[in-house]
Order: sequence, then structure tokens, then C-alpha cells
Amino acid sequence: MPDVQSTVVEFVNKLRKRKIEGSQATAKCTVELLRSVISYQRVPHANQAAALIDAVKAVGQQLVAANPVELAVGNVVRRVLHIIREEDLSLTTAAMAGLDLLDASDDDDVDNCKGIGYPAMSAAVVAAAARSTLRPPSLQTLLEGTPESATVPYTSSSGADSESKTADKSSLTRKLKHDVIEGVNQLIHEIAGCHEQIAEQAIEHIHQNEVILTLGSSRTVLEFLCAAKEKKRSFRVFVAEGAPRYQGHLLAKELVARGLQTTVITDSAVFAMISRVNMVIIGAHAVMANGGVIGPVGVNMAALAAKKHAVPFVVLAGSHKLCPLYPHNPEVLLNELRSPSELLDFGEFSDCLDSGAGSGSLQVVNPTFDYVPPNLVSLFITDTGGHNPSYMYRLIADYYSADDLVM
Amino acid sequence: MGAAEKKGAARVQKDSEDLSRQRLQAIVLADSFTTRFRPLTLERPKVLLPLVNIPMIDYTLAWLESAGIEEIFVFCCAHSMQLIDYLKKSQWCSLVRTIVSHKSTSVGDALRYIYEQQHTETSQIQGDFVLVSGDTVSNMPLAELIQQHRDRKKRDEKAIMTMVIKKQSRLGIGSDQLFVAVDPVTKQLLYYNEGDNNGEVCLDKSLLDTGVLVCNDMLDCYIDICSSEVLSLFEDNFDYQHLRRHFVNGLLVDDIMGYKIFTHEIQSSFYAARVENLRSYDMVSKDIIQRWTYPYVPDINFSGNHPLKLGRRGIYRVSDAVQSRSADIGASTVIGYGTKIGNGSKICKSVIGNGCSIGSNVVIQGSYIWNNVTIEYGCEIRNAIVCDGVKIRAGAVLQPGVVLSFNVVVGQDFVVPAYSKVSLLQQPTKEDSDEESEYADISNGTTHLLSGVNNLQMESKTSELDPDGAGYIWKVCDSVHDAEWKHSIVPIPMEKLADMAQAMDGDGIEDGSVVPPSGELKSDTDSINTDANDPNDDDYGYFEREVRETFLRAIEEDNNVDHITPLINSLRFSYDMASADCAGAIFYSMMRLAMDTQHNSTSELYRNATSIITKCKGVLGFYVKQIDEQIEVIMKFEEMCQESAALSPLFVQIVHFLYDKDVVQEDAILRWGEEKAGADESDKVYLNQCEAFIQWLKEASEEEDS
Repeated sequence: MPDVQSTVVEFVNKLRKRKIEGSQATAKCTVELLRSVISYQRVPHANQAAALIDAVKAVGQQLVAANPVELAVGNVVRRVLHIIREEDLSLTTAAMAGLDLLDASDDDDVDNCKGIGYPAMSAAVVAAAARSTLRPPSLQTLLEGTPESATVPYTSSSGADSESKTADKSSLTRKLKHDVIEGVNQLIHEIAGCHEQIAEQAIEHIHQNEVILTLGSSRTVLEFLCAAKEKKRSFRVFVAEGAPRYQGHLLAKELVARGLQTTVITDSAVFAMISRVNMVIIGAHAVMANGGVIGPVGVNMAALAAKKHAVPFVVLAGSHKLCPLYPHNPEVLLNELRSPSELLDFGEFSDCLDSGAGSGSLQVVNPTFDYVPPNLVSLFITDTGGHNPSYMYRLIADYYSADDLVM
Repeated sequence: MGAAEKKGAARVQKDSEDLSRQRLQAIVLADSFTTRFRPLTLERPKVLLPLVNIPMIDYTLAWLESAGIEEIFVFCCAHSMQLIDYLKKSQWCSLVRTIVSHKSTSVGDALRYIYEQQHTETSQIQGDFVLVSGDTVSNMPLAELIQQHRDRKKRDEKAIMTMVIKKQSRLGIGSDQLFVAVDPVTKQLLYYNEGDNNGEVCLDKSLLDTGVLVCNDMLDCYIDICSSEVLSLFEDNFDYQHLRRHFVNGLLVDDIMGYKIFTHEIQSSFYAARVENLRSYDMVSKDIIQRWTYPYVPDINFSGNHPLKLGRRGIYRVSDAVQSRSADIGASTVIGYGTKIGNGSKICKSVIGNGCSIGSNVVIQGSYIWNNVTIEYGCEIRNAIVCDGVKIRAGAVLQPGVVLSFNVVVGQDFVVPAYSKVSLLQQPTKEDSDEESEYADISNGTTHLLSGVNNLQMESKTSELDPDGAGYIWKVCDSVHDAEWKHSIVPIPMEKLADMAQAMDGDGIEDGSVVPPSGELKSDTDSINTDANDPNDDDYGYFEREVRETFLRAIEEDNNVDHITPLINSLRFSYDMASADCAGAIFYSMMRLAMDTQHNSTSELYRNATSIITKCKGVLGFYVKQIDEQIEVIMKFEEMCQESAALSPLFVQIVHFLYDKDVVQEDAILRWGEEKAGADESDKVYLNQCEAFIQWLKEASEEEDS
């Protein structure tokens, strides 16, 4: 356990100091960290799911606070919580079915056991389980507290009977943890494989002799374009350089290395070029619940240009980028201002920064992200396929539990 | 058995790996050994003073940690308990080791102490380390730089230090102007001068052969990558105090050991600066608010602080700040936790700490208000620093440049005059020893000046603020007052700025061209020679005396005499003397020693002299490589003979002896003869004495020629 604590602290430090960049890398690190948190977490006999949820939430809160701009962290934490809830639910349902079975068999040799408290207990368990599992969590259950009542009969049972029960229960515990870790592994797999999943759909969207515009650098976009190229589609790519970090240059280099026809343009030339473009494809930093997109700075301008010329504006996003929050949510920090040294040379401009007597001082603003409202987005391509912006809320309902939206 | 062996082998392998991959270590000097921040530093160590609401040392430690430094030694001196307590509670405790010494009064002492500790403690500096002071704010990556340093060290054993410099066009960050000369290809540091040089740079002629880059727009970040030799060099040279003034310049002048210092100019995308004085405190704070130091900015939690939220126009505050709607918060302002701001207050370009309460209709401009400060209604604060716990009663006015130390109370409607420093503690009438040591070495002149100031301060009486106020106004010394506008946080007044710009332009003409024709550049040797011959010049007298004392000490201790060469070298630097002067002074000391030694007859004196010359030939020989220097020795001797009757009969004999011992070459003697030939008859006494000898020399050379 101390091991886990130190890795958590280490990761929190990394997040704080902005040492990890890119949603995918962050998501991957987060989910791997949470997996080790879960596997080291001691689960009490009673109420294992709640213990796991608490543990994950505690770590998750630290992680989110460390870098509130990186929404992928929160997304992944909520996904893991959702997995725990789901597994718990399916286990309890299975247990209920098992109890029914057990009941039937018990009825056969009821003479062998003392079996006085048993039927009563099983009835209580069934009732509690039914209450806690079959219904979606309602306000009432929330107020009543967690379904602890389900465990009360276990403690009241006695003798050899109770021994067999605890053994059974510990296997149940192990089963829950095992299932959760299995689920988390699946999530890791999903995050690792999201590029390929998205790239597979490239052939359906990119056609022969088309001109594609992209802005900044995104690994998803790179894989997407290359996948189309591999399928013998020939098309041209315009890359807007993505000032001030100029990651577009790197993307262009990669694209050329893979044999695509690539042209680099300045960000300010996007509007001039858009009439020759058939489709704009960008990678997102995060996709909000309303279908709005947070992307590299300059994306909104490209989206507006695309709208003006009726060019489809396609956003690629792995499912870990789906954020269940709305952009107007106060805890969503949409942007981060980076160092002005990416724009200006400190050595040359340091004299205008000092607001000496009388003279004005120079302010430099260097935002990292841009927000694109949902009405400018034509299509989202996620690892589960293409979706309309208005469908995002539905996807989010699939991936997250409503309980976890506020952590 | 086999398994155990394998295990052992594995461990050995791992050990050797560890050795090859040295841990990255850093020494943070948590004491600046200056008094620039007084009176604040009387109550709290400088590195714990808040810089945009976060103690300075947190910036340094956070940066070092994220740059991959694995072990940080923090050297504490003043207020060490406070600092140690703070570090223990902070998140750095696992990374940081503290070294405490109360006796150190300079960087030199500190490093010597660390060097001594090495042998006693298990924790120690192994190999290369980063040397910074605890007031450094930076976000530059270090790993690559350290690697560069190591590679260079591998190629060249003598490259023991890499110094980080940064280009900046800003005028007067408060420190003295810096002139550096670097080799444009290898980036080796050739010349370093910080301080008042009136825009004049004296470079050695030899530097101009290869081409040299002279810059005056560089900022020395005081970030050094040092090899372990640096510590032992400090240990060997007990008079090295200041890292730059003594150590760097000492190495540059010292040609025996031949150690080299290299420079590294920071790429424009990274930031580095040091909070040296109140002026740079202001500058660096503004840079932090402007986010040049990203990710070490107030809205990122990098040191366990409460992160603030960044709003429009560069305003940082908490989301639930208690602030009146009518309060006007201007651009570039930071407001800490739990601070209340009243109606109609105007705050701009300022930093307000945590838990402050600010009344209504208060004006705060360009000021730094620390934690738990109470400011009542109608106060006016411009360009001031207000420390923790200060109370400013209604209607008080702080004029620009005021510094209020901890827990001061300013009375109602009181006007604190500009540039004044107020503290609950009385101004120390006698300066502390560290102040002395800081300044004593600059030059003799300054020491005198300072002692004069001391007298003034003793006479000046401290005044209380007001009936209901608490605190003493520290007297501003007149002689320092001139510099006050330079060092305070007030923007430099327009007229001063114009003056400075003019001065800079004047410099520009002289220094603008990278390599001026050598004729224009005064070489060291020339300029000093003329000065040294001037009888009015005291400096040479002092220098000669110092050399003599050093020399005598060395002889007394019967050290290997060669060891005094570095000492004399450092003296030579601090008095700015040419090597000919050293030669003269050393020879003078040797002769004086010979005369002071017991002797009854001239022949005994001759024996004394010859034995000393034989013994110290090496030292003297080091400085008399050139004909000019040899002539200087002969002239010096001539001078001495004129003064002392005992020595005069021996002139020829000793010159002959010097010739025999190869200290003086025949060319030098002949040149001296030629020079003297045209002098007055009275001056020719010794020339006449030498007539025969010179004749012999001439014949000998002619014979050789034929």
C-alpha cells in the first residue's frame, strides 16, 4: 500500500508540473495507477464496492486537483468508478440468482441443517439485494445510505453455517475485485487501441483526390490519415502549423515520411485555403457533454471558416476524451495560459514588460486551447463509430454513472 | 551457493552502474550573505520571503526537482531554525538535506564548510553538482546542460565549471552592469567584470588574437554546474569569498592550474533570474504574474500552495474571494486566500497575500502586501512592500519605495516618507560582520567609505512613527541614497532612466563593435604600467605591502614557496596589477628579507640575498618571463639600492647572480643599460657600477654572433 501511495504522489507531482502532455498518455497513466490502487486496496467483508469506490474517488480527487485542465484524468476516474458499480451490480444479481438456487437445494435437506434462521435470512438478503440492485439508485437509496442492511443477516447467522458463508463471501470479494480489474484492463486496452479503432473508419470518410485540412498535431489524426493512405486512397493534406507551438510542423514531417502529399500553411491562411478543402479533420483535447470541443488554439477559427464554406468539420476523439461535464460547469477549467516565451523572446522584450514610469507595459496571452461550439461540428468519430454532436449525451450515459459526475 | 554468487555479481554490477550514473546533486545556498533585504531579513531568512505569495525557495526547489535533481543540499546560515522547520513540513523533505553553519559569512565560507563536512558525513557531494542560490526562479531544463558539462569535462580535465547566462535588454535590474567576454566558438569565459567600470573594459591583448565576443547585455543567473574540483579550490584558497568576484576572476587570472570556465546561454524559451534586491524582487514578481516562469505560476499548485484561479487581464484570485462589488481590481494583480476587500478600493499591479483585510477607498498600486495585513479605510499605498502582520491605520500614506517590516503599525494619517524602511527592530548601529566581509574586499576605498557611513548611522537617532504607531524608521544613509532609487521596487524615475540610457549609449560606442581594433583597446599591461610608476598611486604601495606580508608568511611557515603563487595572483587581481608589478613587488620583498636577516658584513648580506633568490627563484621566475618584467626587477632593485646604503655596493654582484640564475636575461640588462644611458648623471651611479658587466655581456653576445 505505501508503494501505491508513493506512486500516486509521484503521478500527482507530474501532473502538477505539467510533465505529462497529451490526453492519451495521461489517460493511460491514470488508468494504470487506478488499477494498482484497486488491486492493493484491502476490501472489507462488508460492502466491498463502496470501499473500492471510496479509494478510487480519493485518489481521483487528488489527480483532478493536480491538473484540472487535463479533463481526461477525470474522465478515466469516472469510467473506473462506473466499472466498479457495474461489476458490483452484476455480481449481486448473480448472487441473488445463486441464493435462489441455494434456497431450492436447502429445502431438500432442511433436516440436515439446523436451518432455523436460514430461510429468514435468505428472505432478508433477497429483499435487500432486490432493493439495491434491481432498481437504479434513487434518491431514497442515496438517503438511506449504502445497502449495508444486506450484510446484517450474515453476522446474525451462527455455527458451521456461518463459516461456510464467510468462505463463500471472501470468494465473492475476490470475485468482485477480480472482475473490476478485468474491467479496468479492458479500459486500458480500449485506450491503447483507440487510435486503431478510429483509423479503421478512415476509409469510409476520406475519398479519392480529396483535400484535407488539419491544424496542430494529433496522433489520432496522423493514424487516421495514414490508414486511408494505406488503403491506396490518394489525397492531399494541408497542415496549419498551429502557432505558437508549431506542432503542425512535426505532423507535416511525419506525414511526408509516410508518403502523403503535404502542404504546410500558416494558421492565418486557413480562411484563404478553406474553399479548396473537402474536409477539415482535427483531434480534440476533450469533448464536452453538449458536443462542444476543446481543441488546440486556432481550432475555432478553422471551424468557423469551414462553416462559412460548408466544409464538413470532423473531430476525432477516443472515448477517454468524452467528458460528462458541460463547458459552463464552474469546475471545468477550459483553458490554460502557457508561458509567453513561446511567443516572444524574453531577452528582446524584457524592457517593454517593465511598466516604467509613464510608459505602458506589454501583456502577452498565450492560451493553449480553443472551444468549438457543437453547432460548428459536423461529425465526431470515436472508437465506437461516427456520431452527431447531439448524440454525445447518450454516449456519455453509457460510459458514466450519474453518481460520479460530481466527484 | 551458485545463486548467492550470482546475486553478489548482480549487486556489483549494479554498483558500478550507479557509479557511472552519478546522482544529480545540487547545493542551494539559502543565504545570500548580503544585506540588501534588510530590515526584512532580520526577522526571517531571505529565502522564505514570499514571492507572489510563495516562499522563494519553493520556486528553486520545485525547479530543481522537476529538472531531475535527486538530492538537494540546502545550506542554511541566518535563521536556520525557521528554514529547517519550513523544509521539514514542506513536500520537499525527502529530497532535501540541510547543512547548517552559523559561522559562514560568505559563499566561500559556505562551500569550505560543505567541503569539510564531506569527510565526516555519509552524505556528500559526489562528482558534479549544481550550485544555485535559494532565490533563483527558473524553468530551464538542466539534464542536458549537465550532460554537456560532463562531456566537456571528459574531453578537457580543466573545464570545471559551466556558468549560465541569459540575454536581457532590460535596464537596471538593480545589480551592477556585467561585462563578459567569451570565446565565440568554444564558449569559454575569458573575462568577467561586474561592477562599476565606467564602461571601460580592459582585456588582455592575447585574447584579441583569436576573436572574442564581448557582451554587456547578459544577466548572470548564478546557476553553475560545477565539478568537484570547485569545492577543493575553495578549500585551497581560503581568501576566496565571493563566488564571482574572487573565485571566477581568480580562476580566470590564474594561469598555473589552467582551469577553465565555460558559459551557457539560455535558450530564449526558458526563464531564469535571481532575486538579488528589492528591484529584482519586483521584476521577478511581475515576470511570474506574466507567466514567463510557467509552470511555476500562481494558478498551478507546484509547491503544496493553494492554487489560485486566473481570470481575465491577468488577475489571480480564489473563486470565492470576499470582495466588494465596487472594488476595482486592475490588471496583473494577485489576491490571496481569505482576503477581504472593501468598497471602492482600487488595486492594480499588486500582490496581496492571504488573510489580509483591506478597508474601503484604499488605493494600492504596484505594491506587495504579504499575509495578514490590515489596511484601514482611505490609505494610499504606492510601490511599497508591506510584510506580515502590519497594521496601517486609516488615512495613512506610504510613499513610493517604502518597506514596512513585520508587525509594524502605522498611525492614523501618518505619511511614511519615500524610500524609508520601517522595522520594529532598531537599526543596527554597527554593521554585522557579514556586511563587512561582503564589501571589504571590493577595494580599500569602499571600506573607508563604509566606516564613514557607520559613524553617521550611530549619530542618527531613530524616530517613532506616531503616537499610536510602532516601529523605527531606519535612517537612510546619504551615500547609499544615490543607489536607493536603483534598488527599490519603485520604477526608475524618468530622468534617471534617461541618464542611464545616455550612459549606456556612451558605452555602446566603445563596446558596440565586437572586436575593436587593438589599438583602441587598452591592454592590461600598458595601462597599469603607467599607473604603477606614478608615485602618488597608493594602490601599488598597498599591493607591495600585501605581497611582502604574504611572502614573509610563506617563508616563516617554510612552505614550499611555490604555493604562494596563487595567493599573489589573487592579490594581483584584486589590485588590478600587471605581472611586472608582481615581479617588482616580490623581488622587493626578497631583498627586504635579505636585509632584515641578521648580517654583519656586506658579504654576509650577499650570501643571504643569494640564498633567498635561489630559494624563491621559481616564484619570481613565474612573473619575469618577459623582458619588460625583468627590466622592472632591475629598476626596482636600483630604487632599493638608492634607498639603502648597505645594499648599494652589492648591486653588480646581485645583478650578475640574477643573470647566472636565469632570472634576468642579458637582453633585459642590455636594454636597461640603454635606457639608463640617457639619464642624469646622478641616476647613472649604478649603471656605471655595471659598466664592466654590461661590457662583458656585449662581448659575449658578439662572440656568440660571430
